[in-house]
Amino acid sequence: MKPAPKPTPETQPFWDGTAAGELRIQRCKPCARHYFYPRPSCPRCGGDEVEWVRASGRATLYSYVINHRPAPGFEDEAPYAIAVVELEEGVRMMTNLVGVPNTPEHLELDMELQVVFERRGDVSVPLFEPAGGAR
Amino acid sequence: MSIVIAGAAETDEVGRLPGHSTMQLHLEAARNALADADMTIHDIDGVATVGTPGPIQIAHALGITPAWLDGTGVGGSSFLFHVRHAAAAIKAGLCRTVLITHGESGRSRVGAGRFGLGADSLLGQFELPYGVIGPPTSFTITALRYMKETGLTHEQLAEVAVAQRRWAHLNPRAMYRDLITVEDVLDSRMVAYPFHLLECCLVTDGGGALIVTSAERARRSPVHLLGSGEAAESPIISQMEDFTTSKGFRLSGEAAFAEAKITHEDVDHLMVYDAFAHVPIYGLEDLGFVGRGEAGAFIAEGHTSPGGRLPLNTNGGGLSYTHTGMYGMFAIQESVRQLRGEAAAQVPDVEVSVVLGNGGMFASAATLVLANRLP
Ligand SMILES: [Zn+2]
Repeated sequence: MKPAPKPTPETQPFWDGTAAGELRIQRCKPCARHYFYPRPSCPRCGGDEVEWVRASGRATLYSYVINHRPAPGFEDEAPYAIAVVELEEGVRMMTNLVGVPNTPEHLELDMELQVVFERRGDVSVPLFEPAGGAR
Repeated sequence: MSIVIAGAAETDEVGRLPGHSTMQLHLEAARNALADADMTIHDIDGVATVGTPGPIQIAHALGITPAWLDGTGVGGSSFLFHVRHAAAAIKAGLCRTVLITHGESGRSRVGAGRFGLGADSLLGQFELPYGVIGPPTSFTITALRYMKETGLTHEQLAEVAVAQRRWAHLNPRAMYRDLITVEDVLDSRMVAYPFHLLECCLVTDGGGALIVTSAERARRSPVHLLGSGEAAESPIISQMEDFTTSKGFRLSGEAAFAEAKITHEDVDHLMVYDAFAHVPIYGLEDLGFVGRGEAGAFIAEGHTSPGGRLPLNTNGGGLSYTHTGMYGMFAIQESVRQLRGEAAAQVPDVEVSVVLGNGGMFASAATLVLANRLP
């Protein structure tokens, strides 16, 4: 079994979003900036005038490693990429890459990606595949 | 008041020590440091340590009644934080002489704390679900971005391991001592692309301890703390501001250099926490010893190797000497040995040494400027 996240009160809206097939992130109204990971105040101004918005799901590949010694639950996938993507809204998150061979030749930094969701127990986690669908 | 490191010692051995518990490693290091300082527990009124078993148990086990305790736990850089906090406490009159200990059964896991964080932690929610399994698969994740933006090559990354092995070759206590080539590194097993086995740190058992006090209380070969800085960036690596530079390295370094009133030309010797081969590259650039994107070539040209103009990680570092899990203590120890002229691979005429510590995968950072003389 792959590890599944366990939501906490401040992150519950994020995980409610993934369950509904949406990538939801937070935005500070006065700063007009998005941020991630979920937390109750804006990391730029410290204010709590923040809201949840739906991200487009479009992203680019910021960096990654290809892990050859699998974590529990990932035995069938090694070697697999552990990636950090940059959302169109400017925030970054860790993820896995699907729909593309996880090799250096196929994973070019800054390639365009889009979000998909994978069910893990009671929650869904956001993963990313090449924009335009799996190939 | 001048603050000094008045005693410094490691455990009798470092490496594979299945016969030692974590507690025994702490105590052996503490006794060795007390002997080195020509002090007893009756001189100690402050205790600082991190992890298992913590400062209260260390003080109790040694028979110390502390007037001051510090359990700051920010990963492998914690001991640099302890030195800085001890200096402040001594200057403020909160205590007089502080014992800082480290013991970790990193390899054998005897009497060791448990790894792991809950699925509801920040890491458990936003990184562990993606198959992260320890530092080799997360600390490393910044490197490809750095390579793309600066042009660092795979061969240059490998050169970091090669350069540090040259120092380990001169150090009988180092776990790996045989000289290696770039080809050896690139031919070693892939752990997490682009990192091969020889670009990843060791996992060992061991410990070290320090005695920090005021100059007038020191009994032998004091090493002066000229300046220090501490900083933190993000609790999880995916939220670092920029994968090509460590904000913690920059800020802690600037603070330490400013307090010490030194420039880069004053520095004779440098220790940069090297959990993985890219970290010394970031350290050299973020501390300002070289320009952005220049560190790979600087190391490959031999400037940090024996005989080079900026001796770096002269014990062999976490890549070749030892790495218990919290390497910062060992970086400080080597800096002290170099300043006293007692290192296995002694560099001539070391008067000023800089130690850069790192904790929790670029999460925390601290810098110490140490010297064997006052300016
Ligand atoms: Zn704001």
